[in-house]
Amino acid sequence: MRIKRAAVVTTAVLMSASLLAACGGGGSSSGGSADGIYSIYIGEPENPLVPGNTTESEGSQVLEALFTPLVTFNDEDNSVEYNGVAESVESEDNTTWTIKLKDGWTFHDGTPVTAESYTKAWSYNALSTNAFGASYFFENIEGYADLQGSDTAEPVATELSGLNVVDETTFTVKLTGPFAIFPLTLGYTAFDPLPEAFYADPDAYGARPIGNGPFKADSDFVPGQGFTVTKYDDYKGDNPAQSAGVNFKVYTELNTGYNDVQGGGLDVMLDLPEDAWATARDQFGDRYGERARPDITSLGFPTYDPRFQDPRVRKAFSMAIDRQAIATAIFTDTRTPAGSFASPVVDGYREDACGANCELNPDEANRLLDEAGFDRSQPVDLWFNAGAGHDSWMTAVGNQLRDNLGVNYALRGDLQFAQYLPLQDAKGMTGPFRSGWIMDYPSIYNFLSPLYSAAATPPAGSNYVFFNDPAFDAALAEGNNAADIDAATADYQKAEDILIDQMPATPLFYGLNQAVWSDRVSDVKIDNRGNIVLEDVVVS
Amino acid sequence: MGRYITRRLLLTIPVLIGSSFLIFAMVYALPGDPIRALAGDRPLAPGVVAQLRDEFNLDDNLFVQYFKYIGGFFQGDFGTDFSGRPVLDTIERALPVTVRLTIVAVVIETIMGIAAGVLAALKRGSFFDNLVLISTTLLVSVPVFVLGFIAQFTLGLKLGLFPISGINDGWSSYLLPGLVLASLSMAYVARLTRTSVAESMAADYIRTAKSKGISNRRIIFRHALRNSLIPVVTFIGADVGGLLGGAIVTETVFNLPGLGRAIYDGLARQEGAVVVGIVTLFVFFYIFFNLVVDVLYAVLDPRIRYE
Repeated sequence: MRIKRAAVVTTAVLMSASLLAACGGGGSSSGGSADGIYSIYIGEPENPLVPGNTTESEGSQVLEALFTPLVTFNDEDNSVEYNGVAESVESEDNTTWTIKLKDGWTFHDGTPVTAESYTKAWSYNALSTNAFGASYFFENIEGYADLQGSDTAEPVATELSGLNVVDETTFTVKLTGPFAIFPLTLGYTAFDPLPEAFYADPDAYGARPIGNGPFKADSDFVPGQGFTVTKYDDYKGDNPAQSAGVNFKVYTELNTGYNDVQGGGLDVMLDLPEDAWATARDQFGDRYGERARPDITSLGFPTYDPRFQDPRVRKAFSMAIDRQAIATAIFTDTRTPAGSFASPVVDGYREDACGANCELNPDEANRLLDEAGFDRSQPVDLWFNAGAGHDSWMTAVGNQLRDNLGVNYALRGDLQFAQYLPLQDAKGMTGPFRSGWIMDYPSIYNFLSPLYSAAATPPAGSNYVFFNDPAFDAALAEGNNAADIDAATADYQKAEDILIDQMPATPLFYGLNQAVWSDRVSDVKIDNRGNIVLEDVVVS
Repeated sequence: MGRYITRRLLLTIPVLIGSSFLIFAMVYALPGDPIRALAGDRPLAPGVVAQLRDEFNLDDNLFVQYFKYIGGFFQGDFGTDFSGRPVLDTIERALPVTVRLTIVAVVIETIMGIAAGVLAALKRGSFFDNLVLISTTLLVSVPVFVLGFIAQFTLGLKLGLFPISGINDGWSSYLLPGLVLASLSMAYVARLTRTSVAESMAADYIRTAKSKGISNRRIIFRHALRNSLIPVVTFIGADVGGLLGGAIVTETVFNLPGLGRAIYDGLARQEGAVVVGIVTLFVFFYIFFNLVVDVLYAVLDPRIRYE
């Protein structure tokens, strides 16, 4: 009897032990606070770290460390500067562009950055069978259509016919039409070069990217945890890293990161949890920084809905919203009222472009609404996606519409993104809806064409208001044909004036990036694209 | 005994197939288009969408999708998430974290729970008994994520007793998350033990033992506790499954890269392969620990025999 019982115990213990042993592997990695290395908060990047497949902010922040783009931007006025790999980007006709690279740039594996490092990468990014998120960035390059497959057909080509290598450091890009601000777009990560090593093993590359930037990756990126990149000694750019390296720490919860940065376990954090928006400035003092975020939040109008077809109705709604009150009460001034369709950080922004149309004026709003014969007895649906913190400010918007216009509202905020977006694509919005946009490149064009041009109507683009105005499209086209960037911007501003007159959406707020850091680091700056300038951070 | 265990283990196969189908069906039934959500405010190029839908069989019906999935499963292919990372890699990386967290939590809930329960039962009505009563009520009524942030803020940040987050400090990284994860079960264990021990202490055989002059310590550990532990052991065994569920919240709060966080991310992105793979693993654990509990019964209670 005794023996049998002992056997039973042994079996049970062995069973548990074998299971534990099976899962016991993997030691804990060491902390990222070695000498001269600082740590920074990031969320989980959505995809492996390849420039052509990274369109979200977390992966982009990592790629900022590992890559230097073709062109950079002036920190004050957002104009193009040739402090990147490109020596010049020039065109006679705005259609065929010649890109000349500087000599001597190398990838972290020692291979040179050549014209082919770009042309091959761009074709790879564009090819639909590679399923890269940034594919559409190349759609205005000649030959893009041939690289797109469909449900039934494979792509007929694998290389963009518009790209031609002239010599080792020169290549030409032929666009499908004139695009005066093409050089501006080249600062986006999707246009970064790829070394030959990428094509040999794209999976391995995505875990440990080989770039041409101020930092290099020495180990694989561990999903859920992050990795450390170290200073690249042979960096050719003007701004080499001021620290020995950066440890990217992956978090899922902002509050956890904020506790960590207060406790000294984390050095830099951009984007703060809601509870800290108002208090961080005082709590961190000179270890706090902020800068306008290159984004905009608008209220889009379903122009396909009979109730919102009259521009006077849309203007009336715009004038019934007190943006400042919401920014202060709901966002504790971490949003600023928008007075233009473009973000303040871009080339071509005009502070009061929208003027009286975007300011609270209940009397005028009611007059316009009466004039348009709007039926106030029917409540207005207000749409937004669930679980993303939009409830409180949309409620405030609804309350203001009710108080100022005498129209009741119904919140339609119970759809997750996966349901909300297809509904938006299918003209399913039965009332004004939340609309958000984050900049890709610092031109006013990036806030107009992708959101309001006829060519961007879903599913091809993000014109969720289904705005279709030939005069607006013509003004944009004129800008694309303009002699230089300044002339183009002037034309784009004319297009914005048409928007303000037609009001297919109304600008509401601009975001604010807030950063805090530990006393181990200094010189923490936010650039005009909303990233931390990683190479400038100094570790004490 | 051996035959019994074999039979139980064989029974897990149909259970796993059934449960994986149910989970798969539930993820499939989630409304919305995951590939569309992947793109966000800015749509993907149509060619890219077609490629992704094809890669993840999203245009097939539920049964075809499931058979493609389970077919790969039996060949050791657990599928990939939307970014192309094999689910098996995710499990391999995250499992040790969750296992360590669970071990710490089980040890804490067992030791502290039983100790508190026994002491409270022996000194009923005392200050300590009331303290256990009040503190367990508190633990049961506060949601885990609130408790997590309170513990992190006070014990981690303000007092500096524990690491605030992450897994870079070895086993001590797991102490605070383990304590938070164990708190709810610890309260139950304490109350269960208290009731059970109190009942045993009033039983005839304990009175007999006392009258025979056996030492107090021997009465409590040899006679009372051993009989009282059967419901407690059942609870702890079954609770391992519950702890895995609680790990979803705890791992997020304390930034532990474990299976709970992987499930959370997988659900948010409607990645069938990730959710089904990990939850099926959880189901297996649950069945396994129930088996361990059943086997342990035989040790605790000589009247129970498996043939």
